[in-house]
Amino acid sequence: MVSTIVINDVSKSFGKKLVLNQINLTVESGEIFGLIGPSGSGKTTLVKIIVGMDSPSLGDVQVLNSAVPNLKLLQRIGYMAQADALYSDLTGEENLAFFASLFKLKKDVQKERIAYAADLVNLKADLKKKVQNYSGGMKRRLSLALALIQDPEILILDEPTVGIDPELRRSIWNELYRLKNEGKTILVTTHVMDEAEKCDRLAMVRDGEIITSGSPAELKNQYGITSLEEVFLMAGGKQL
Amino acid sequence: MSILALVKRIFHQMLRDKRALALMMVAPLLILTLLNYLLAGNTVDSRLGVINADDMLVEILKDTDITVLKVVENTKDILLDKDLDGILEFTGEEISLTLTNDQPTAAKALKIKVQQAIAAQKAKEQAVNLSSFMENIQSKLPGVPIKMEQVKAPEINTSYIYGNKDTIFFDQLSPILVGFFVFFFVFLISGIALLRERTTGTLERLLATPILRRDIVFGYLLGYGLFAVVQTIIVVTYAVKVLDITLVGSFWNVVIINLTLALVALSLGILLSAFANSEFQMMQFIPIAIIPQVFFAGIFPFESMAGWMQVLAKCMPMYYGGSALVEVMYKGSGLGAITDELLVLLGFALVFIVLNVVALKKYRKI
Repeated sequence: MVSTIVINDVSKSFGKKLVLNQINLTVESGEIFGLIGPSGSGKTTLVKIIVGMDSPSLGDVQVLNSAVPNLKLLQRIGYMAQADALYSDLTGEENLAFFASLFKLKKDVQKERIAYAADLVNLKADLKKKVQNYSGGMKRRLSLALALIQDPEILILDEPTVGIDPELRRSIWNELYRLKNEGKTILVTTHVMDEAEKCDRLAMVRDGEIITSGSPAELKNQYGITSLEEVFLMAGGKQL
Repeated sequence: MSILALVKRIFHQMLRDKRALALMMVAPLLILTLLNYLLAGNTVDSRLGVINADDMLVEILKDTDITVLKVVENTKDILLDKDLDGILEFTGEEISLTLTNDQPTAAKALKIKVQQAIAAQKAKEQAVNLSSFMENIQSKLPGVPIKMEQVKAPEINTSYIYGNKDTIFFDQLSPILVGFFVFFFVFLISGIALLRERTTGTLERLLATPILRRDIVFGYLLGYGLFAVVQTIIVVTYAVKVLDITLVGSFWNVVIINLTLALVALSLGILLSAFANSEFQMMQFIPIAIIPQVFFAGIFPFESMAGWMQVLAKCMPMYYGGSALVEVMYKGSGLGAITDELLVLLGFALVFIVLNVVALKKYRKI
């Protein structure tokens, strides 16, 4: 089986500051892969490199067997940025319709996908409202809906559950499982350890390096501990 | 298709942003109206105090729309108390003129009028002296006295190539202003719009879709370009129909010029937005990139500029826009006369567009 995302020896530096140091990572098709690490650890930079918004200083990235960056790949990747990048003077529906037409969806498909995505994130009732009147959580949900709009094979979600209440967080995770069952590959970043449990496999990132990776159970066995939080601290070389 | 999606979005946003729309469509009309009345205002008659002046001179002065007052003394107090622009004093053969000079242009005009009046009075005196002298001689000679013919001042028939005797400065200025408003407001609104996309992250989000970089630039040009067309039509129609500004050439040629100008302003605005981090920083470009354009748009004559200023003028898009607009609106030329200007403007736009497409590489390499 061919891996969906392959990262080979990727390093990235901004000026003299090394942000990513020789990252090697593979994400298999149909799994939920978590990148766990504190803010500033380089998760977002790595995600941007995978999408093709940023280029690595060294190394290369392959997604679905094509080298990144590649315009055709973008059609197959649903990207949710860390900051809500939405047009606040447009309604939720107009935001969705705008991105749907950028992905060249036909009118009838557009309608279907907008309804599907809005339903998924529980925003159907608020589609006609302007985004500037949305709450923080609603904006986050709309961003997720935007990532799903073109029915992509791969979802790359940068901190999708920040600022979302526990109830909705659970429903988003349920949706991620459902999408996984449909055969989609999902890469999420988070700094919340309890979300790490929900991933099939995960990599722990600190200071631009992957300190350990594997399935949650593997990691816990490896270190002989029961909580991932402790794994993170141990792997990072910190004393408990 | 991506371009059209972008155009549609810009329409949604613009039509919802009533203030920006008003700024673009109504503000130019307001400024044009104000300027129209300011520049068309009649000049106020000068007030001149005289001491020991001949009655004939006073009459001549009054004929040139000068209010003449007899005063007793030539002092600053009297000048200011009686709100005079000057005092003309005769002491024997000596003539002295004191000017308030609070408005140098008006003072110069008054000085010229006074000089002309004195010259005219002298000429009349001379004529009277001469004819009485002749009569005197003739009365001493035998034969029929010959009637002296009075010489009248010749009338000059003035004709004008451009405009007519009622043409005022505003007629020549208004084409430049019409172009400048389009330039300025389109620059501001499109520049700030793309800047907002940069700061809110939507531009980055946009580039995470398969849209081509050049499609973003073209989408912006087309979307805001259409608003620029509407703005031009409103501004020119208002200027011609309501303010009665001279429009000798074709209305549609004016639209073509303004559209080309708008294209330059659009591409310049979105290009400069790449170098600004906030709306305020975008405003900081106005004194550098926009205001100097006005000076070189034709308000000051190009020929009287120093050599290096002329070179500078040729680097300014508004120089070409302004002269093309004056050519069409005031002189009535057709498209043929302004081809060069239009081509240079298109050249500016092309350079800015290419730079824009390249500048977007900052967000996505391909």
